[in-house]
Amino acid sequence: MALGFADPVDALFRFQRALDQRLDSDWLEDTTSGVGAFPPINVFRQGNDFLAIIEMPGVNKDDLTLEVRGNAIRISGKKAIDYGGSASVHRRERVAGSFDRTITLPVQLDPDRVTAEYRDGVLAFSLARAESDKPKAIKIN
Amino acid sequence: MTPTQDLEVQQKRELEKKAEATIPARIFVPHTDIFETENALTVVMEMPGVNQEHADITVEDNVLSVAGRIDFSKYEKMQPVYTEYIVGHYRRSFNLSPNNFDEHKISAEMRDGVLTLTLPKAERAKLRRIPLT
Repeated sequence: MALGFADPVDALFRFQRALDQRLDSDWLEDTTSGVGAFPPINVFRQGNDFLAIIEMPGVNKDDLTLEVRGNAIRISGKKAIDYGGSASVHRRERVAGSFDRTITLPVQLDPDRVTAEYRDGVLAFSLARAESDKPKAIKIN
Repeated sequence: MTPTQDLEVQQKRELEKKAEATIPARIFVPHTDIFETENALTVVMEMPGVNQEHADITVEDNVLSVAGRIDFSKYEKMQPVYTEYIVGHYRRSFNLSPNNFDEHKISAEMRDGVLTLTLPKAERAKLRRIPLT
């Protein structure tokens, strides 16, 4: 189902429901990827390619390392929280630490065309599919 | 704090609404740290996907309210194939101690999806050390 937002009033609701329906879907089932490691990832189809959107608020761009190899992506880095020594805590809900997650995708990637953008604590990882992996139309004679 | 442990995913907590909303979309509660120094109270909220223009901060009747809107128009026509989290707007409010803060001097900064609010203490609310006799 492709999403179109003709009606803006319940567009977000319908988008959330579409995300809900694909929660932990079996798309990664045949790979070694596990569910639930940090950072959490959403994957969308964009034509023949894929787009991974990953939330990691508070991670500095300089502390983030991305790698692509064959059909795997690796996201590693650290999230630091520093409030200075003299602060007295009222409430602490945020967590800091290091992370290193590898996600093996059910498609081959073209490492030269993979791009990434990090903004507002969200990483958009554009996963270009390898030419050899793209579906080919077959002409019927 | 130096990062020593491995990070784990924090599940998003959904806002429990006091009144029913007119729009059925789900709203989330940002993970928040609050700490105090001698001169100010600092509130730090995680709202990934919210930029400076889409964060709305108000103080009214000693209630600090923060609303963060995400721009989901960029998801238009995209088909999810695998998801681990839901995307939505954020909202949270806190009751402040009455008259303790200088409402006009509250400052806000947004960086990497983290909102930092600094609430300078009013003169009368500053620390008084209690001598032990």
